[in-house]
Amino acid sequence: MSETSTKVEWVYSEKLKEHFIKPRNILEDERNYQEDGKGVVGNMKCGDEMMMGIKVDKEKGIITDCKWKTYGCASAIASTSILSEMVIGKTLEDAYNISPKDVAKELGGLPIHKVHCSVLGDKALKAAINDYYRRNGMIDKIKEDKARVVCQCMDVTDKEIEEAVLDGARTFLDIQEKTKAGTVCGECKEEILGLIEKYKKEHFEE
Amino acid sequence: MVIRRVYLDNNGTTPLHPMVKEEIIKAMDVFGNPSSLHQFGRAAKVMMAEAREAVASFIGASPEEIVFTGSGSEANNTVLSILACPSKQCSCFNSVKFNKVITSIIEHPCVIETVKCLTDRNTEVKYINVDKYGKIIMDELEEELKRGPALVSIMTANNEIGTIQDIKKISRLAHRYGSLIHTDAVQAVGKIPVDVNDLGVDFLTLSAHKLYGPKGIGALYIHKNTPFCPLIRGGHQENGRRAGTENTLGIVGFGKAVELRKAEMAADHERLLSYKNKLKEGLKGKIDHIYFNGHPEDCLANTLNVSFPGAEGEAILLYLDLTGIAVSTGSACASGSLDPSHVLLGIGMPIEYAHGSIRISMGRDTTEEDIDYVIEVLPEIIKKIRRMSTVDVEGVKNE
Repeated sequence: MSETSTKVEWVYSEKLKEHFIKPRNILEDERNYQEDGKGVVGNMKCGDEMMMGIKVDKEKGIITDCKWKTYGCASAIASTSILSEMVIGKTLEDAYNISPKDVAKELGGLPIHKVHCSVLGDKALKAAINDYYRRNGMIDKIKEDKARVVCQCMDVTDKEIEEAVLDGARTFLDIQEKTKAGTVCGECKEEILGLIEKYKKEHFEE
Repeated sequence: MVIRRVYLDNNGTTPLHPMVKEEIIKAMDVFGNPSSLHQFGRAAKVMMAEAREAVASFIGASPEEIVFTGSGSEANNTVLSILACPSKQCSCFNSVKFNKVITSIIEHPCVIETVKCLTDRNTEVKYINVDKYGKIIMDELEEELKRGPALVSIMTANNEIGTIQDIKKISRLAHRYGSLIHTDAVQAVGKIPVDVNDLGVDFLTLSAHKLYGPKGIGALYIHKNTPFCPLIRGGHQENGRRAGTENTLGIVGFGKAVELRKAEMAADHERLLSYKNKLKEGLKGKIDHIYFNGHPEDCLANTLNVSFPGAEGEAILLYLDLTGIAVSTGSACASGSLDPSHVLLGIGMPIEYAHGSIRISMGRDTTEEDIDYVIEVLPEIIKKIRRMSTVDVEGVKNE
């Protein structure tokens, strides 16, 4: 086909493209990387998986290095790349408080259907920080997001409802379709509606 | 920056053939409504009749058996909806005595989604499984046909993996048990010879933009005397089978496109088949853990579906895009859902392989240099992605 210099805007933001082309802080030598905390989230069957390792200055409680690996799409790669840059030099506390929305903002925006992919890096980071606390006997510091069963009939947790919202669910019907929650007695309907609003606000609204 | 442009997504759509474009431009001066009796209308009518003749003869049909539609999807929707029509006003009333559809698990979404709606309207639906190459399991089909007549809808060639079904055999089987047979031949027509008499089908769907014609124009072949019910009503156009003023420019483009295909198809087939073999060998030599999907022989020459475990499809697609190469993927991430391609899952592929699959579909413009370029660029991309992957593909990490 003919060559062209026509510039057609890329599918995602320029910043995302830059990090996709040159991802920062990839963990190349896993065997010899002596991380102080490690988090692995997601799984291959869902099409994405993320591993993150952090090194910590124990006296100051500051993250000195952050390396990662992923089986994931362009948004997962770029958002984790940028997140790894954001956390180095931050205290564990500050790093933990970075939200997926902060990452998306730094990336210059993400299409709604890609938010799911960008959350993965954030989750891996939180898991790695908790792992650091665990390894160092700082159990009291661990902020575990414990899943709570919302729909008793179908055994569906708030985390699963959060996943469904990230995956585009916006109505009770969507949640029913994606998670089967509320499909038996329906007693949890009000609570699910509240959770939809909560997660929409958390992940999608400015 | 000047980058190469290599278009390898011809199953998605094809570029307009330059001569089709010329023909459409000429037809733009013929603005009359083909339904009008005056000279302006008559001019458009003649133009349309010639195109219909060309499309019909390309698949061995007669012109009265061709209904132009707005797309292949519309043609498929039209066929499937003949079962759902409960209207006593409709010409189809009582002409179809059964209310059952038999289809496959690897059909195009415009069939699968329509069939889902039919289920809710009390139509009985049965999905036939396919083997690991994507071939219909004939015993399963026959067992189902024995239970009573149905409308059978099976695609001729699969858009994602290119596997070609034995529609002739399926037609014979369907008719033996009093069923009607429709085939979505959108990916087949223009790539392999398709003749409705040889296949023996009652309905066949084709589309212009898959064979270097314009978008927005499809056609449905309806064998004469076959019961039928229009999807779009309220006009005498297309013999009352599809209302709405005809897309004359699209129809003209369609006619020219099939005429050109007649001349070019056989040579393209041979050329693309040799490119495909070169591509397979070239990639196999440079990439470990690579799997080719679809039937080894009964497969469209232009289509190569390939899986790279450990590498995610959208990432592969977008790195390729940065080098100027355009392909498509069966990965979930590209579509915005979390489920990978139903076709790849349908042939029994493990879900983690399905996420790491891409489809390379060549066309009449594809050159050997394009293929060399892919063989040069793609292995590096897979290497790069696998290096940052959490999935340890044995052998790949130890290089």
